Parts: sequence; structure tokens; C-alpha cells
Amino acid sequence: MSRQPLLQVEHLTMRFGGLTAVNDLSFTAYRNEITAIIGPNGAGKTTVFNCLTGFYKPTVGRLTLTPENGKTFLLERTEGFRIAKDAKVARTFQNIRLFGGMSVLENLIVAQHNMLMQASVYSLAGLAFLPKYRNAEKQAVERAKYWLNKVGLTAHADWSAANLPYGSQRRLEIARAMCTEPVLLCLDEPAAGLNPKESLELNTLLRDIRKEQGIGILLIEHDMSVVMQISDHVVVLDHGAPLSDGSPEEVRNDPAVIRAYLGAGDDEDNPAAVAMGHGGVA
Amino acid sequence: MTTTTNAAAAGQHSYHPSLITMLKDSAAAGIVAALLALPLLGFHLLDSAQGLHLDYRFPLVLWAGVIVFAGRFALSLAGAAIGHRLRAGKKAVSPVAPLDIPTAIAKPKPWRKITGWVLVAVALVLPFLPFADRNLVDKATLLLIYVMLGWGLNIVVGLAGLLDLGYVAFYAVGAYSYAILSQHYGVSFWVCLPLAGLFSACFGMALGFPVLRLRGDYLAIVTLGFGEIIRVVLLNWQDFTGGPNGIADIKRPSFFGLPFSAVSLDGGKTFSQFFGLDFSPDHRVTFLYYLILVLALATNLFTLRIRKLPIGRAWEALREDETACRSLGINPTKTKLSAFAIGAMFAGFAGSFFATRQGFISPESFTFIESAIILAIVVLGGMGSQIGIVLAAVLLVGLPEWFRDLQLYRMIAFGGAMVLIMLWRPRGLLSSREPTILLSDIKEAAE
Repeated sequence: MSRQPLLQVEHLTMRFGGLTAVNDLSFTAYRNEITAIIGPNGAGKTTVFNCLTGFYKPTVGRLTLTPENGKTFLLERTEGFRIAKDAKVARTFQNIRLFGGMSVLENLIVAQHNMLMQASVYSLAGLAFLPKYRNAEKQAVERAKYWLNKVGLTAHADWSAANLPYGSQRRLEIARAMCTEPVLLCLDEPAAGLNPKESLELNTLLRDIRKEQGIGILLIEHDMSVVMQISDHVVVLDHGAPLSDGSPEEVRNDPAVIRAYLGAGDDEDNPAAVAMGHGGVA
Repeated sequence: MTTTTNAAAAGQHSYHPSLITMLKDSAAAGIVAALLALPLLGFHLLDSAQGLHLDYRFPLVLWAGVIVFAGRFALSLAGAAIGHRLRAGKKAVSPVAPLDIPTAIAKPKPWRKITGWVLVAVALVLPFLPFADRNLVDKATLLLIYVMLGWGLNIVVGLAGLLDLGYVAFYAVGAYSYAILSQHYGVSFWVCLPLAGLFSACFGMALGFPVLRLRGDYLAIVTLGFGEIIRVVLLNWQDFTGGPNGIADIKRPSFFGLPFSAVSLDGGKTFSQFFGLDFSPDHRVTFLYYLILVLALATNLFTLRIRKLPIGRAWEALREDETACRSLGINPTKTKLSAFAIGAMFAGFAGSFFATRQGFISPESFTFIESAIILAIVVLGGMGSQIGIVLAAVLLVGLPEWFRDLQLYRMIAFGGAMVLIMLWRPRGLLSSREPTILLSDIKEAAE
């Protein structure tokens, strides 16, 4: 099967005043693939996500999304909520952002807001108790149930989201993003804070999503066991600049990547090198 | 502060705050009380034939200090004793410290629904109860205005989480819409009611647009300013609003065209003539009571229903996390505006009712203190709880009305009640939120 590009990032640059968080980054994410963005802390990974999902406006660059229906979206020109609503890019957050006071099921139904608003004619049909809205809600509940089952939270559907254990909250956030029926799913450190067992479950879940939903997944991750096992394609960032791009195998053996991560050589900015230096002095 | 730390320490090591600590703590409280009492109680301004002069009442200051000292000390002693017993009791039940086990959302408590229905039933028959006189029905009407305003503001503050300190502005817009339309164009109350709601909703939008980017404290300040702008405009636009003199002789409501007066002015029948009753001024009072009851219940039903609709859920989601909302494709601008507009609309309804009930309105009825009371009702009731708002309205508006004989002392009781609620129920009287949809219910229905 030939690779079909889903998202093309071209010359993405993001500056905050004098600080260049992302510098001339270009890469392509393909449909039916998991693309991982890795890099040391502060490399600009989350900034890339925030540009993609409309939270930041990139200083320079073009972000083109080409879903299967033939439409083209220029994400850098699209208003934040429209990226999720029309272009169908869903995301999760590094520090989980659930609707904590609401129940797990409600979280998943809120995610289907636009579908429900349309079905209920901006809630008016619902106010008038028309069957049109009831059916739409039933459908929404069915989809929510499907994803609850998928992430193993059916038994906790009526819990308030804030009361869930950490790992379940991460899974719920993914389920919530999937309820928007995205074409591109952006996950910001989904394995952060998970134990090895949960981490394995996450791998299975992400593989399933790719296989069954046929969507592209973009992944920021520190956990190399997740990255190396499930990604089809890895992009490495360092200090906002692209460092390497290729299959997990290629990236793992790229000398530039090894230098950035292990701090061989005379790179003063490298945390590992600095730490070693201090050790020597002490 | 000291006691809190002590209590925390005591919880861990079953350590007792020593008598000396308690004495020190109480002495500090006594001194603070005496300092506060100095300007409040210590000086007394006397107006005599020779002019104004000061009277010094320092013994009172001393007494205030001593009373607070003794009270604080007694509280600490009682607290220590109770705390000790509680700890002992807990230990006996579970020797192992309980883990922080997450709990499921409580199912909707049936007693809440039952209380709701009982309250509605009582409200429906209230004017016909044996002890209900004109005075009581009148006060109940006033109370219901605040309940309705509380329910309306609850949409903005409780559901959408937008702190609005200028809610009374929309109430004023509603009241003046009716007063002006009825005075200048002779439009009837029933036509004005929806129009007043519409105007208020428009003002809600007008306020909504500029403040959409603001959150929390900043939003509160801007809405506070908006409330004042409306009041100042009403005060100064003499030709249109009558300025500080207000608008008098506003048309009273009719029973679908039948006036509540002894004799009809235009030769038609009055309410009492039409139904073959003896004329009584109570008819109008009772009618107004039922009118506001219907309006308030409509507000309540609307809120209960909209919570289960996409827009209502989006409001609640917006309150929980705006960033997450945007990432799910929810338009925060539209969602906030709709909450502002709908909340304002109900204030507009209540305002036009207020105008027709009073027959006279002036900017004085729409001061900041009204906004503060309505907000206090919502917050004390427990954000988002409909019955909590009724309870808080009774506490904050009803009780001070009924205890008017106590004069200024009722304000002390008012303040005291607020402090007690904040101590015992810091998240409001009824603060637990009921989910709008439960999977267990759906499953039960399917089986």
C-alpha cells in the first residue's frame, strides 16, 4: 500500500519574542500511520502541537491537512475550534484536561457536541422534545459506549472524571478525542505517568485505533518503549530544529540523535553532559 | 490559623493543643475584636443642642474583647473535646488508614426530587392556606422574584461558570422596557413580557461580546462596571427614563384583559365582576403571586431541560475547561454568548414582572447590592443546584423580610448566617452536581 500523506508541515517556525521555539521544521504524517515526535525537554514538541491545533499561530510555515474526502485545510489559517470541528483534528493534552466535574459518559457526549447541535437544531428540537434529538442522543450514547468499551471504562461510565485513577484519565482523554471522529489524532505524551502494564495497554489501543479507524496518529512521547514499538515514522527535534526523520530503526541508529540524547561530544547545552561535568567537579 | 495547624498536627499524632496555646489563640482573637470594636463601639456621635460631640464608650470595647476571648476559648475547648472523641471513634472502626478510593458519582438523590415537588405543591396552595394573609403572599412574591433571578443567574454562573456581578442590569432593562413601552405606547403586559426578555437578551449579547476573552476576576470586574453603567444611564437620561424620579403609575397587570380594580375605568367588566366575586384587593396580590410562580417555574423547567441538551452540556464543559472545549470543536464565543443572553432574558422577564408589581420603578431598585444578593443566593445555594437556590433565597431574602421588626439587628443575623454557611458548607448548601445522563439508567431502561 502506498503511503498517503495526511498532514504536511512545511517550514514551520514559531517565535515567542526573541525565543525561537520551533525553527524551520518540515515533515509529513501519513494516513494509517503513527508518527512520533520525540526530542529532549524543551525541544518544541508541544509547540508544534499547539500550532497544529490552533492554540498558537505559527510565525512562518504552512500546515496542510488533506483528508480522504478530497478537501484541503490550511491549519495555520483556521480558527482554533474550527480545526477540531471542520478539519477534524483532535488532540489530548500533556497535563490531562478532562471535564473533571462531569461524568465519564458526559465527557464523551460533550465531545460529540457539533453532531448533536446539528441534530437538535441548536438545541431547539431538544427543547421541544422532538424525536429527532432523542435519536441523535441515542446515537451519541452508542458511540460513547463503543469507546468506553474500547478503553475499558464501561464500568466507570457514571463516575466523575476527576475521580478516575490517572491511567484511566489518560485513556478517557483519548476516547474523548476519538468521539469527535477525527482524521488526525494528536496525542501529547499519552504514556506519561503510566506504569509498564498501562503503557502496554496503550500500545494496543493505539494500534487498534490505527488499524480500525484508518486515521493518522501524531504522537509526542518520551517513553521509548512506546515510541519504538508502535510508531511507523519518527521525527526528532532538538532545540526547535529538526534533527532526524525516518523509521524507528533509522532514527535509533542516527549518530546525531545519539549525540543529542546521550551527550557524546562537546555539546554544552546537553543536560547529560552538564550533569557529568558536575559529577566530575564533585 | 494556629488552630488549623494544631488540628492538622493532632490528626496525625493524636496531639492535643495545649491549654497555653488555646489561651494565646483566644487572647489574640480578643485583642483583634477589641481593636475592631474601638471605632465601631468605642465612639458614639451625639447630636445635641450644642452641636455634635463625641461620647466615649471604652467599657463596651473591653466587653467586646472579653466576650470574644471567652467565646473563642470555649470553642477551642469544645473543639478539642469533640475532635478527640471523633478520632477515637474512627480508630475503633477502621484501624487501617483508609486509602483514597475514588467513588462513583452518587445517583440522583430521591429526596431532592421529592423536596422539589413538595415545595412546588406548597407554593401552589400557599395563598389558600389558613394562615396566609395578604402580607405573607406579598412577601412570598418578593421571595419568588429572587428565586427566579437566582435561577436565571445560575445559568450564567452555575452552569457556564461566568462570574457575573452586574446581573441586575438586565433586570433593570426588563423593568424599564415594560415601564416605557406601557407608558408611551400602551402596550399590554403580556406583549411586553417577551419583548422585555428579548431586549435584556440583546443587552446580554452586547455585554457578552467585549468580555468574551476575559475570565474569572476580570470578567467579574467588567460585568460589575456594566451593571453600574446601566444604572447611571437610567439615572441621568432624564427625558427617557425619568432620571432619579423613576417612572410612576406603571400599568398594573390585568387578568387577560380584566382589570383588578373595584370599578372598571373603560366601562368593561373587572375581574371580580366577571367571576361574580366580591371585590377584594387580595385578588391582585394573589394573581401576581401566581404569575411570578409560573415565571419562576418556567425558568426552572427550562434550566433542568437545557442541562440535558448539547448547549447546556457545552456550558458546563466550558466551566470545567475552556481549552479542552476548543480542542473538541466547541465554539467558545457562541457558547458563552448564548449563556449570557439566556441568563439575561430571564432577568428581563423578572424585571418586567417587578415593574408591573411595584407600579413604580427608579434606578434605586437596581443598585449593585441587588446583584450581590442574587449572586450570594446562587453561590450559597451551591453552584448549579436548583433547590439550593430556593433555600438560599429563603435564607437571604425571606428571613430578613420576616424579621423586619428586629430592624438593624437583622443585618447581624444576615452576616452571621453567611459566616455559618461558609464554615459548614463552604461549597454551598447543596453543592453536589447531578449528572445529566447515566449509563446505568439507560441500561435499566433497555432491560
